[in-house]
Amino acid sequence: MTTTSASPHARPAAGRLNSRRVRRPWVGRALGWVVMGLVLLVTLFPFYWMLRTALSSNAALATNPTSLLPVDASLNGFRRALGLTTRQESLEQGGFGATIDFWRYLSNSVVVATVVTVGQVFFSALAAYAFSRMRWPGRNAVFAVFLAGLMIPSIFTLLPNFVLIRDLGLLDTLPGIALPTMFMTPFAVFFLRQFFLGVPFEIEEAAMLDGASRMGTFFRILLPMAAPAVSTLAVLTYMTSWNDYLWPLLVSQSDRSRVLTLALGVFRSQAPAQAPDWSGLMAATLLAALPMLLLFAVFARRIVNSVGFTGIK
Amino acid sequence: MTTAHAGSRPTRRRIPRLRGDARNLPVAIAFLLPATIGFGVFLVWPAARGIWLSFTDYSVFAPGQFVGLENYRRMVDDPVFWSAMNVTVQYVVINIGVQTVVALLLAVLMQRLTRSMWVRGIILSPYLVSNVVTAMVWLLLLDYQLGFVNELLHAIGLDRVLFWGDPDLVIPTIALVNVWRHLGYTALLIFAGLQTINPQLYEAAKVDGAGEWASFRRITLPLLRPYLAMVLIVTSIGSFQVFDTVSVATQGGPANASNVIQYYIYNVAFTRYDFGYASAMSVALLVVLSVITFAQYRMTRAGQSDVN
Repeated sequence: MTTTSASPHARPAAGRLNSRRVRRPWVGRALGWVVMGLVLLVTLFPFYWMLRTALSSNAALATNPTSLLPVDASLNGFRRALGLTTRQESLEQGGFGATIDFWRYLSNSVVVATVVTVGQVFFSALAAYAFSRMRWPGRNAVFAVFLAGLMIPSIFTLLPNFVLIRDLGLLDTLPGIALPTMFMTPFAVFFLRQFFLGVPFEIEEAAMLDGASRMGTFFRILLPMAAPAVSTLAVLTYMTSWNDYLWPLLVSQSDRSRVLTLALGVFRSQAPAQAPDWSGLMAATLLAALPMLLLFAVFARRIVNSVGFTGIK
Repeated sequence: MTTAHAGSRPTRRRIPRLRGDARNLPVAIAFLLPATIGFGVFLVWPAARGIWLSFTDYSVFAPGQFVGLENYRRMVDDPVFWSAMNVTVQYVVINIGVQTVVALLLAVLMQRLTRSMWVRGIILSPYLVSNVVTAMVWLLLLDYQLGFVNELLHAIGLDRVLFWGDPDLVIPTIALVNVWRHLGYTALLIFAGLQTINPQLYEAAKVDGAGEWASFRRITLPLLRPYLAMVLIVTSIGSFQVFDTVSVATQGGPANASNVIQYYIYNVAFTRYDFGYASAMSVALLVVLSVITFAQYRMTRAGQSDVN
């Protein structure tokens, strides 16, 4: 594939003088693959270990902690994580009898991440349109102010935003969790503006000559033409929102608004320190990670390719 | 709207009219309205309010009184604050140090060995799961009794290690666990930087007899410098804000050994309800982050690579 650079040395006829040069790249590549293989192994092993432990039984885990296959395989870990067992059953299986409302947490996560994604991407796209496709007095100054927002770390707005959400009476509600990020982030505006700038003006101008409105060209021309960028941003926003922990931790106080990451933290903190229900914990962990892994499986190429650009984040 | 100018070339028209067209203003305002509301209400206003709160004794229960620099005076005298800063800096140094070096190695390896989407996808996969998930799985893997890593150490005749419970090891442990999550992401960022280097430079170096190490030092590193600076700034700002792993895995323990600044701020605000003081520490953190960003930018001359 990428061996073209090695071609000058590829001829065995090069003789003894060159034999060292022939060998070295080969050894180097082998060594490189060993290191790469090691990195891939360390990367993937924890995922496998989650699955292996989730499918095991707690009692068998204690006596057989290194078995690479599930020990005394059963789906009870998942049943406990999904809250399908009775308290009695759970205790017998080495669980701790906590009640878990998995489907509620899942739906809370889905609602928050969806609202944040749709709102943030749509409103940021509108703003990016005004910054990239229209000329109006003061445009560059306003854009500079938005850009300066990139400098404020999210951590800094956390406490005041909590006070604001409390004053609005939205503590322990899903809107309270979604509100701060559902209008925009400076990054989203910046990201989309960069892409909108690359869309040719001619088609849009032609449409406007035909009497299309700004809104019309935005929806019918710009958004479809920038669809790859918009969907990339949407996937990234969904992920960020889904994986967020600290902000929901502040806002949420009960099952009513508890999202999945938070529930996992609670699940863990309720586990007894001495004999934690590893099988149930790993089943819950895997279930919490699964939606993102599925999203990744579908959009892998797009997400991977976006990383170079999103480095500015 | 722009039909009057239909005769001229559309592309030309952009430059002379850069000053802006006031007729566009109402539509532009309409487009900007939702984002501006979000920007003002949830970013600018809270940032200003955060600074204000740091000068008050605001608690969740009572409106705050202006107390001047009292919170900052307390901060200077607070040993836990300094310990938290110290612990956080240790965390960032280990986390960013290891992560950047290994990611650089990985990025160079990828460039040499493979363009495979599979490889890139796999190394990025930990980044897709949350910090909480990461903390959970490594809690198990590094568990003293049942953890696979300790079983491995035991099997080759070494002592078991109390990764999460030893005050000297807990910060390196958290730092490396988070390297696991961010390594692939950082490597892909650096990999993107590597793609901007002209391959002919390596060919030329090879012809001139330069070895691998020489071309890495003389070509890759200097040309990558602006990228590395950017990556360092972005990743260390993220690293300073470490919270999730601590919250899930150690709750700051044992005995404040992993009580990082963000976790301390959280505790002061939400278990002691001392928002004024917590805000003052947030301001301090903001200042630290700004100084580091500026210093890294200057030191690494982020704006330019060494060769132009």
